[in-house]
Amino acid sequence: MDNALGQPQTIVLLGGTSDIGLAIVRELLSPATRAIVLACRDTSKGERAAGELRSDSVVVEVVPFDAADPSSHAALVEGIGGRYGDIDVVILAAGLLGNADVTTVDVAAATELATVNFTGSVSVTVAAANLLRAQGHGAIVILSSVAGERVRAANPVYGGTKAGLDGFAQGLGDLVAADGVHVLVVRPGFVRSAMTAGLKPAPLSTTPEHVARLTVKGLRAGRRTVWAPGALRYVFSALRHVPAPIWRRLPLG
Amino acid sequence: MAAVRERLHGWGRTAATAAEVRELAAAELPEAVRTAGPRGALARGLGRSYGDAAQNSGGTVLRLHGPVGDAAAGPVDPVAGCVTVAAGTSLGDLLVAIVPQGWFVQVLPGTRHVTVGGAIASDIHGKNHHVEGSIGNHVLSMRLLLADGSVEDIAPDRRPELFWATIGGMGLTGVVLDATLRLLPIETSRMAVDTDRLPDLDAVFAAMTEGDDRYRYSVAWIDLLAKGAHLGRSVLTRGDHARLEQLPPGSGDPLAYRSRQLVAVPPIVPTPGLLNHATIAAFNELWFRKAPRHREGELVGTGTFFCPLDLVGHWNRLYGRQGMLQYQFVVPFGQEATMRRVIERLVASGTASFLAVLKRFGVANLAPLSFPSPGWTLALDIPAGSHGLGEMLHELDQVVLDAGGRHYFAKDAHTTPAAIRRGYPRLDEWRAVRDGVDPGRVWQSDLARRLDLLERSSEM
Ligand SMILES: Cc1cc2nc3c(=O)[nH]c(=O)nc-3n(C[C@H](O)[C@H](O)[C@H](O)COP(=O)(O)OP(=O)(O)OC[C@H]3O[C@@H](n4cnc5c(N)ncnc54)[C@H](O)[C@@H]3O)c2cc1C
Ligand SMILES: NC(=O)c1ccc[n+]([C@@H]2O[C@H](COP(=O)([O-])OP(=O)(O)OC[C@H]3O[C@@H](n4cnc5c(N)ncnc54)[C@H](OP(=O)(O)O)[C@@H]3O)[C@@H](O)[C@H]2O)c1
Repeated sequence: MDNALGQPQTIVLLGGTSDIGLAIVRELLSPATRAIVLACRDTSKGERAAGELRSDSVVVEVVPFDAADPSSHAALVEGIGGRYGDIDVVILAAGLLGNADVTTVDVAAATELATVNFTGSVSVTVAAANLLRAQGHGAIVILSSVAGERVRAANPVYGGTKAGLDGFAQGLGDLVAADGVHVLVVRPGFVRSAMTAGLKPAPLSTTPEHVARLTVKGLRAGRRTVWAPGALRYVFSALRHVPAPIWRRLPLG
Repeated sequence: MAAVRERLHGWGRTAATAAEVRELAAAELPEAVRTAGPRGALARGLGRSYGDAAQNSGGTVLRLHGPVGDAAAGPVDPVAGCVTVAAGTSLGDLLVAIVPQGWFVQVLPGTRHVTVGGAIASDIHGKNHHVEGSIGNHVLSMRLLLADGSVEDIAPDRRPELFWATIGGMGLTGVVLDATLRLLPIETSRMAVDTDRLPDLDAVFAAMTEGDDRYRYSVAWIDLLAKGAHLGRSVLTRGDHARLEQLPPGSGDPLAYRSRQLVAVPPIVPTPGLLNHATIAAFNELWFRKAPRHREGELVGTGTFFCPLDLVGHWNRLYGRQGMLQYQFVVPFGQEATMRRVIERLVASGTASFLAVLKRFGVANLAPLSFPSPGWTLALDIPAGSHGLGEMLHELDQVVLDAGGRHYFAKDAHTTPAAIRRGYPRLDEWRAVRDGVDPGRVWQSDLARRLDLLERSSEM
């Protein structure tokens, strides 16, 4: 159960090795924390992250999780619920950026990206929402992206999956609010993380820690969406209305 | 009536969760309990506990406010000085019925909008704990709906373990259906009050230690914004029910009684609320200046004396969207230095607070989870969004526990299972009695989940 300060006791990170996801977990850590579950496709990498979070009062478990295997998701979430009881926060941070040069021409690569970022993300989120709705409380943090706000030619598959995930999460959030469940959609811009290693930072680039601070603030304030950095909200409310011919020619990287 | 899922929170308006809320007649309760789902059932009164005590996320919540079926209060038995009341009756409504007949409740908290059931489940205390103890000391008997749907008549000499496990048991032993309470005879509905303005904390400790035993009621209101030489400056109010000869001649019906509310705060208050350091500092300063240095025998209404905040309906909304929490703890006598340390830390944090309330507790009763124990208790409201609040409260928790103190379930909204295990050494004894009448864990609450109240230490 969350306490009055919005400090959760049990945290589940889907994509347990994600830089942004782990930064959010660290930001949520408090004397109230009792259990953290890192659900990862690479469990040995997950164990290294777990070692840094573990303490006398915090149990950290690493479990295998493949976003690309939706049929395993219900059992995964129910298993976690069975071992730890109520789950207070689920963070969905699993995602692929993909190389646009490949995903826009290679059917298998496009399918994999769409499966991880959309199909698998939807299925694991529905499984988590079922559990949270039954327990009558809890929060789901969805890592969307500004790339989904208006999809660019530079990376249409990635942007498209985020647009779909973002829309799904908003609608789900409205649906489950009556069951005491809070869905927070986080829209980062360019974040300097493993995902963007080697890429040239875009304007207004930021860090996983900064995204985490804004996310946790948004969670505690009951916000439905968070932009990181916050200024992107205004940038994109302008960009959304740029006429298509101009949009196509904007030098957005 | 069909069950409706509703988001519930406590008086602090934090950590809302959803539950199926049912308002049923007493006769329908056993069936509702027998058919409760895996997340069980819980009684809820007027939701005046600050945190999650009256919430049961994902389960059933049985809302009991309002007389269920029977009349709110039966007639007062003038010989035994007691009355039998439906558990959903508020103490305010009970007072309206009994004050004109010359009776008062033995224990009245800082608000009269609490139900008899909620009062028993929290084993509430008033400003007279040093003299009369908590409400459990004045429950002659009660009828308790058990997890299997049966109803048990319990009293200090009928199933005493279950009786005392229910006093202060936070609704986790069953639903109190009605209770027979011992009352206090009064001659008038007025209070005769002495007031002292005290310059610092030492003066407060000294005045209360020396003089409290001469008064039935005593409470000090501390200005938590006063620093340095003024640290702990307080207004101490002490008194008793006025006797007939204390009323001026021609003051009309000595037992006339009405409950009042002057205004109510509307549901929507701009975030981040209207209470900030500046508004609160101005209020505290005014309030301290307006108190007399020393005044004796002032006659005031019971509402003004016991429940000044009830004059403003829904004042909790003033804290805005993030809500607030109340920090209340007790430390034993002899731990005045600890109390000072805590107050210094609170003052230094600049966490805006209206007045904090300081009281002295007398002897504890037999209930294993009853909060009051001999010593000093401090209670204060804090906006839940305050910067650094989590760290500060965690630090203060350790200071309180190291001093042999503990925290109050009815107010708690932040502490941890470990803090409760230390503060309530008789927790396992209570669990054994509780499990005996509810092996299937029908009674559940968010408080119990957050603080692990139902798990046995050996299982962990
Ligand atoms: C302004 C203010 C001042 C206060 N001052 C004081 C004070 O001076 N002293 C003090 O001790 N407390 C004080 N309190 C706290 C309050 O007295 C307790 O929280 C009390 O339990 C609230 O009663 P309620 O009817 O609102 O119960 P709720 O808050 O609805 O429920 C509290 C607990 O009682 C249980 N419960 C309710 N009804 C039943 C029932 N019929 N059978 C079994 N369990 C039941 C619930 O399950 C829950 O665990 C104050 C609260 C406020 C808001
Ligand atoms: N970085 C940015 O600029 C940025 C901007 C906007 C939005 N986001 C979004 O934020 C989220 C987190 O990204 P990040 O920046 O923290 O990058 P990251 O460190 O690379 O995290 C992505 C995570 O997804 C995991 N993952 C990939 N495929 C998976 C699969 N099939 N099954 C399970 N897990 C899988 C990765 O696991 P491995 O460690 O095993 O690879 C990794 O833990 C992503 O959804 C991303 O789209 C990032």
